[in-house]
Amino acid sequence: MTHLDQVLPRGRVLRYPFSERLNHWIAAFSYIYLLLTGLAFWSPWCFWIAAVLGGGQVSRTLHPWVGLIFFLAVMRMYQLWAPQMKAAPVDKEWWRSLEHYIGNEDDKMPPAGRYNAGQKALFWSFFYCAIILLLTGIVLWFPEQIPWNLRWVRYIAVFLHPVAALATIANFLIHIYMSVFAERGAFGSVIRGDVSLEFAKRYHPGWYEEITGGSSKPRK
Amino acid sequence: MSQATLRVQKISGHAGTVPGEDTQRQYTVAKLVDTTTCIGCKACEVACVEWNDMPFSPTTFDNTYQTMPETRWNYWNLITFDEHEKEDGSLMWLMRKNQCMHCAEPGCLAACPSDGAIVQYTNGIVDFQQDKCIGCGYCISGCPFNIPKFNKETKRVYKCTLCTDRVSEGLEPACIKACPTGCLHFGSKEDMLVLANERAKQLKDHYSFPNAGVYDPQGVGGTGVIYVLHDATQPELYGGLPSNPTIPLMVKLWKGPLKWLGNIAMVGGILGLFVHYLRFGPKDRDETPSEGARP
Repeated sequence: MTHLDQVLPRGRVLRYPFSERLNHWIAAFSYIYLLLTGLAFWSPWCFWIAAVLGGGQVSRTLHPWVGLIFFLAVMRMYQLWAPQMKAAPVDKEWWRSLEHYIGNEDDKMPPAGRYNAGQKALFWSFFYCAIILLLTGIVLWFPEQIPWNLRWVRYIAVFLHPVAALATIANFLIHIYMSVFAERGAFGSVIRGDVSLEFAKRYHPGWYEEITGGSSKPRK
Repeated sequence: MSQATLRVQKISGHAGTVPGEDTQRQYTVAKLVDTTTCIGCKACEVACVEWNDMPFSPTTFDNTYQTMPETRWNYWNLITFDEHEKEDGSLMWLMRKNQCMHCAEPGCLAACPSDGAIVQYTNGIVDFQQDKCIGCGYCISGCPFNIPKFNKETKRVYKCTLCTDRVSEGLEPACIKACPTGCLHFGSKEDMLVLANERAKQLKDHYSFPNAGVYDPQGVGGTGVIYVLHDATQPELYGGLPSNPTIPLMVKLWKGPLKWLGNIAMVGGILGLFVHYLRFGPKDRDETPSEGARP
């Protein structure tokens, strides 16, 4: 089945429609705020960030609310992308070829669909971390409401919240690196929505086949 | 709070050195609470509320003599009442003055992320600085004694100051001043320990309390409030006083190994990605740079 409506003129192809792009940036900006204020609470060496962002009290007040926005954005991503993030048979092969992926030998990689196995792992990691961060975050939002005999709930929250946050930071660093530095054209795709056919063919051959039916030749 | 003659030795959420650290030596101060001579009159509760100018706090009647179930943001000093059935079937009152213990290694201070919101003075007093408190409540999780209390209106956390303002002027804390039986003492930690051990020995030798002893838990480095208990082997009987309080394990793991691992991973991750770019560059480096870009 082909999706020729995604193929745009002048060798371009639509990768992210407006709704996906908008949601991505809601998640992105809320995440960056959470990251900065979170780092301020994480280490004394970063506490100055809270001062820059309006003071410790402001950061503490807004962090949970922005966290809710981030969580909702991630849930919307789940709604949009979960079917495409399902594990595919090619994914195992992709992980086995990780060495080639790291070495930029993309011609030696198994053909990925709209998302490769690494992107899927990133998505699911963010998804589950968002759930953990929400649950532990609610406890940290209202720690005084937890009765003394349930204090273990607080202990779990103060430990798991930064653990999950660190996992998202690992994801975030890789995500930024891949999209801004490693794969030229990826950053533009989440701003304007389109990539070149060459991009699609190089990084997502399976998806390329799907949208072109294998018939359309890339412009050379 | 008056800090006229007080120097700070520990600061919460603080990067770098502590200004003024070790410039001045002071006695570590301590309160001694002899539970065996407490009559539960609550004069110390009233003195605390009065001296610290606290607003009225409604009491809770739940068929005990205790004023309320636990301390509040505006009620820092609470006598816990427990009816204890002895082995011979007779009853005895266990009354304990509950307040901030002023730990030598305070869990609240370790957990606090806000620079200077919790300080420990060189005399051992642990004091909250509400102007710097961000209201995150991490101190509530760090404390093994259930002491810091959150005020919903001000979004700050409060607790006993050990009457820092009085002590810095050479006065004893308000609760000590009010005690009519002499069960409360205040002085250097050293002196209080001598007095406490003497009293415990007296209870063992001359009264029928073979398990009498001093409560100065080493799990938190010793405390600025020490108790003489009729039965030091069972401190839980006294309103749930923990027998071996420590900073909660999860808080220690979070502020210790996790922090180091996390910092190494974050800095290492950024460096690693940078080195990857130096070594391999962008994925399409061999192509014309405009290929992936818009025409």
